Amino acid sequence: MTYRPKLAVFKFASCDGCQLSLLDAEDRLLDVAGAVDIAYFLEATSRVVPGPYDVALVEGSITTPHDAERIREVRRQSKFLMTIGACATAGGIQALRNWADTSEYLKVVYARPEYIRTLATSTAIADHVPVDFELRGCPINHHQLVEVIAALVAGRRPRTPGHSVCLDCKRRGTVCIAVAKGTPCLGPVTQSGCGAICPAYDRGCYGCYGPVGQANVTSLADHYVNAGTSPQQLVPLLRNFNGYAPEFRKESERLAR
Amino acid sequence: MPAAFLEKCQLQTLFDALRGDGYQVVGPTVSQDAIVYDEIRTVDDLPRGWTDVQEPGKYRLERREDDALFGYVVGPHSWKKYLFPPLTTVAAADRTDAGWAMSTPAAAVPRYAFVGVRACELAAIRVQDRVFLEGPYVDPIYKARREATLIVAVNCTQAAATCFCTSMNTGPRCTAGFDLALTELPAGFIVEAGSDRGTALAARLPLREAGEQDLAQADEVRERAVNDIQRRMNTDGIRDLLLGNLEHPRWNELATRCLSCTNCTMVCPTCFCTSVTEVSDLQGDHVERQRHWDSCFNLDFSYMNGGLVRNNVRSRYRQWLTHKLASWIDQFGSSGCVGCGRCITWCPVGIDLTEEVAAIRETAS
Repeated sequence: MTYRPKLAVFKFASCDGCQLSLLDAEDRLLDVAGAVDIAYFLEATSRVVPGPYDVALVEGSITTPHDAERIREVRRQSKFLMTIGACATAGGIQALRNWADTSEYLKVVYARPEYIRTLATSTAIADHVPVDFELRGCPINHHQLVEVIAALVAGRRPRTPGHSVCLDCKRRGTVCIAVAKGTPCLGPVTQSGCGAICPAYDRGCYGCYGPVGQANVTSLADHYVNAGTSPQQLVPLLRNFNGYAPEFRKESERLAR
Repeated sequence: MPAAFLEKCQLQTLFDALRGDGYQVVGPTVSQDAIVYDEIRTVDDLPRGWTDVQEPGKYRLERREDDALFGYVVGPHSWKKYLFPPLTTVAAADRTDAGWAMSTPAAAVPRYAFVGVRACELAAIRVQDRVFLEGPYVDPIYKARREATLIVAVNCTQAAATCFCTSMNTGPRCTAGFDLALTELPAGFIVEAGSDRGTALAARLPLREAGEQDLAQADEVRERAVNDIQRRMNTDGIRDLLLGNLEHPRWNELATRCLSCTNCTMVCPTCFCTSVTEVSDLQGDHVERQRHWDSCFNLDFSYMNGGLVRNNVRSRYRQWLTHKLASWIDQFGSSGCVGCGRCITWCPVGIDLTEEVAAIRETAS
């Protein structure tokens, strides 16, 4: 009989977009549902099967003391823990709080901030528990998610390339907008996964899939600054969905100084 | 066939003849703020009145003062995307009751007519011919496409600041490897045939004999391209120079600038590295073996049992440059570089290999 892993999907601080990517698998959704036993997935079904689970997909970042505790329980219940999306792998857009005063935010947003228990930071799941596999993206690419599930079922290594966005631009024939138009684009230091969508529509890469392995962000930033982009423009570009990923964080902090 | 003359207003007859023979005509056209290679149907698709201005890490289109159709140099694309496609399915397998049924997908072979191939690009196709056709393993995909392709070359009449074909002995004059070669003059084209197929094609065009004045003018505009070339690479003993300086400090310095983003290898008209991966459906009943462009700048590319062989930017850049300019000679009998300058222009941070070689030479051990 084919191995049918018992799957759970957990949400932490996030927008739910990555979980929706699974439901967005459209023509392959029924195949996915057949290949795995969906035991816990509140976004899709109220049926809850208690743990332990073979595979846990974890969306979202850790922003509260309660979640910092809950992720440890998820880890205890899961044989294979995979984080999905930029919140889970790098802290997400909400990691902007890491450069701000959280207590000030609380005062502005909540009438009674004393009722709110939150951490001063938004951090990646891997900062709290060991993670077996990270699927990057904001949101994740559902083709990649199906690929990873297929690999888990088959017991093989997932095919989620680690190369830069540039390679995908070249494969699809997109002319480099950094070179031909002088648009600051994070493509050369960003991991592929989206299929290089933005440059094909004349927008620089926003770095949704986070830094590529051994990313040389400093060289790229220096080049853009020398070509006329101000550091003030590059800081928010680096502090997007993956702003707290170490390579982007380090460079934005250098530029902000 | 002696050199002949085609009036500019008659160029469409060439396209019509090619299309009439069942060729898909691909050539230069303006798209995405660059001159790219794509399907072209009429003379109006050509980049009339446009030129390219290039420098390390920078490319811009500019208006020319005249209506030249081929008044540019080389752009971000190269012909390898047609002869050696970025993604191909090389095999497939389906699970049946009797076991796996293996198959080779029968891909239709397109018949391309390339229009506007430059001398450095003819040299690049020649380099890839050596790689794919003349070694112990012939690549059937490349072979079928290459044999079906007709080439109309165009001589350069200007050079970009990134060009250095004269250093690599590959141009700017088209001397071999084409069916027809054109030299653009204000009133028309000098047409030369380089093959029997080209001669037969030329016989169907409304050509007139080229006059002495036309030929002299063609020599003059071609000479302009030679004189335009400012960039040089000293290739004297380059193999031993690079392979004898693998620990040169310049490689460390390069690693601080190189992004390892793969752009240079993707735009290079001779780089040919690929990866092959098996892609299955969720049930594992249908599997395809896909070959796609890959690059020595990718971390995973040097993954072998136990880990990464080239686990830093320094070793990956060094691998690329020493292969391109040095060990390529041992492997294929020529340099892997044709001096087109694409890797210089399209490097997002403008790394210039001619400068790197010069720096290593200056303080070589």
